[in-house]
Amino acid sequence: MSVGLEHYLTVSVLLFGLGLLGVILRRSLILMYMSLELMLNAANLALVAFSRYNNHVDGQVMVFFIITVAAAEVAVGLALLVALYRRAQTTHADDLTSMKL
Amino acid sequence: MTDVLFYIFAALALASAFLVVANPFSRNPVTSAMFLVLTIVSLAGLFVLLHAYFLAAIQILVYAGAVMVLFLFVIMLLDLKEEEKQRLRHTALLAGLVAVGGLAFIVLQTVWLASPGQGAQPLLEGETPVLGRALFNAQGNSPGFLLPFELVGLLLLVAMIGAMVLSKKEVK
Repeated sequence: MSVGLEHYLTVSVLLFGLGLLGVILRRSLILMYMSLELMLNAANLALVAFSRYNNHVDGQVMVFFIITVAAAEVAVGLALLVALYRRAQTTHADDLTSMKL
Repeated sequence: MTDVLFYIFAALALASAFLVVANPFSRNPVTSAMFLVLTIVSLAGLFVLLHAYFLAAIQILVYAGAVMVLFLFVIMLLDLKEEEKQRLRHTALLAGLVAVGGLAFIVLQTVWLASPGQGAQPLLEGETPVLGRALFNAQGNSPGFLLPFELVGLLLLVAMIGAMVLSKKEVK
């Protein structure tokens, strides 16, 4: 059976599920960030596959924007993590129970 | 040949994504980051199979290059210790498996019942000039993606300044 759109979407769904599982299961904030990246990448794969099989370039433009926004988000998020670690000396979600640092 | 490559890259991406989330051999964050690089590279391979060459290059440059360097830098800056083997939290595991299983079941059932790829021939060549024309050219009445493109540039500037402000020695 030749590889079609369904195969790419299946890979995308499974990748998204793994990312979701990571955010729910892991308690280290940096691991949760990596799982978030996995979910964004899964969405990118689905968009590129749709773009190719529907003969429309807009999907790839969306992926371009998603990658850019993800890069900005990682920069700010990791800076937040560093600031948080300075105050609380931990990046473990279970230890961060107070909003007031 | 293309089909074989698809299966290789897909298996590689899924296996290394699993090792990012739950690595049975090591709980070191650096190992997870390395497997995330592997996932990203195999996704770039899938992009090449989909003829999205520019996006594959961007994926390698921005994700495997810039973002992962940032991750590794922060992991090493904070000197994160290996997470101790914590007892398995059964409620979280159950909730996660139910959420993921339900979502995957619904979406996969929808995809395979609708069979969107059936009969649709892959046509689009996502080469750089095509993408550039879509980004910068006005198409009909719509101005294309010129304004969002400029806004993304502004967003990157704001993110850069924000990161600097946040990681200053004393926030207050």
